[in-house]
Amino acid sequence: MNATIVKLALQALLGRRRFWLLLGLPLALIGLTVLISSLSSDGEAAWPMVSFLGYPLVLPLVAILAASSVLGPEVDDGSIVYLLSKPVSRHVIAVSKWVVAWTATVGVGSLGVLAAALIAGGGDRALAWWIAALVAGTTYSALFLALSAFTRHAVVAGLIFVLIWEGLAGGFLSGVAWLSVGQWGIRVGHEISSLLDDPANLPWAVIASLVVTIGGVWFAGDRLRSFALTEDE
Amino acid sequence: MSTIVLDKVSRWFGNVVAVNDVAMTIGPGVTGLLGPNGAGKTTLMAMMAGFLPPSSGTVTLDGEPVWRHTDAYKLIGLVPERELSFGYLTGRQFIRANADLHRLPDAAAATERILGVVDMVEPAARRLDTYSKGMRQRVKIAAALVHDPAVLLLDEPFNGVDPRQRMHLMDLLRQLGEEGRTVLFSSHILEEVERLARHIEVVVSGRHAASGDFGAIRKLMTDRPVRYSITSSDDRALAAVLMARPSVQAVSLDPRGGLEVRVNDLGTFATELPALTRSHDLSLFELSPSDESLESVFAYLVDR
Repeated sequence: MNATIVKLALQALLGRRRFWLLLGLPLALIGLTVLISSLSSDGEAAWPMVSFLGYPLVLPLVAILAASSVLGPEVDDGSIVYLLSKPVSRHVIAVSKWVVAWTATVGVGSLGVLAAALIAGGGDRALAWWIAALVAGTTYSALFLALSAFTRHAVVAGLIFVLIWEGLAGGFLSGVAWLSVGQWGIRVGHEISSLLDDPANLPWAVIASLVVTIGGVWFAGDRLRSFALTEDE
Repeated sequence: MSTIVLDKVSRWFGNVVAVNDVAMTIGPGVTGLLGPNGAGKTTLMAMMAGFLPPSSGTVTLDGEPVWRHTDAYKLIGLVPERELSFGYLTGRQFIRANADLHRLPDAAAATERILGVVDMVEPAARRLDTYSKGMRQRVKIAAALVHDPAVLLLDEPFNGVDPRQRMHLMDLLRQLGEEGRTVLFSSHILEEVERLARHIEVVVSGRHAASGDFGAIRKLMTDRPVRYSITSSDDRALAAVLMARPSVQAVSLDPRGGLEVRVNDLGTFATELPALTRSHDLSLFELSPSDESLESVFAYLVDR
């Protein structure tokens, strides 16, 4: 990790309007959960806010916004050459950027899911959703960092991945669960509360999450090493 | 002392060839990379700076390839053409970040020293987005120089810089060259290159058109055939007189009036023309060069 790059990435993240969107999504989730649980007498009524909105949508969206903010704009406008024209390992740069994106994802996204779960009913089930969100948030942030280093359309690609691929996994194609970041997190959360689903098996969920996280950050570093100014004159 | 060597380097983007079979060696001192816009200067610079792999051929710095070679940046200082997008940092913070990324033992002192060199101490506490174009340019150069590199690559460093600051920057680059650093800057303006570089490399349409001492290349450029448009009191009579001169290669009468003259030897033609017209009782109304653009100068060099 490189303190200077962490500092610059933090400034890039906090200095953009996108950050308010990143902060606003979990706040909206919490607001909606408060609203529903106060309007309904049914103790279960607010849980879908966590399982259908907070965990599968707000969390990955926060991860997309965080990962693309620390890397995307610099790659897009080419100003990353100022960072890359230094004798600093590209993998160190990728790790440093990921640490910032990860901090924002678990700090804002996963805590948002935890807050919503506590309002919805709390207990072991809330803790389980938080653990699931920590695991998935970690994996998402690395995956979307790799996407940001790979394509200019990282936000769109990330959205498609979350809405279509992950959406299918939660819905009718159960086989996709083996290849779904969100489902791996849920599987880990299942260890704490059996109220969460039990897709795939535990070792697979843990190993797959680790592989995608480490592989994603490594891939981002490798892409940075091959960063080319491709503009035609 | 460091040397950049390009060996049979080509670079294409899809079907477009940006750089075509270029071989050149850039050694210590100031070298100017001259060429019209779109000639491939930025592409060449990007390959020398390790930000573009050559499609074929090799680009090496002191014998080592630059592409995917992170440690090369210990030797290289790069001033890209693109703008700084770190508007939220002050000048001092930006330079300091560069010094820290180079892990300089005394980054604070190096930052202050280089701010002094580019004459930016006073505005260093202001944010970058409040700077003028010339100030941003100097900050970019300071950022590239903070680790005292052996090689300095500058892409169009004088674009948008006012004349006084341009002089200041030129003095700075000249001094860096005299210190034995390898300084390469690109420009599409002949006069800029003439004032700063003794050695120049000319690229046109992706090809290496000329290389060597500026004086020799300048002579090639001024000795080329030049076209003039002339109007006079009697164009047909003047045409007959001109055709007899050895320096004149062709004369044609423009149906709308006036003469088109192609001349080989610029110096003699210009000096003898007034006396020549006077002795034949003719009056010159207008004399203007009709193809003085830099592009035509370059086109001539390529055709040779």
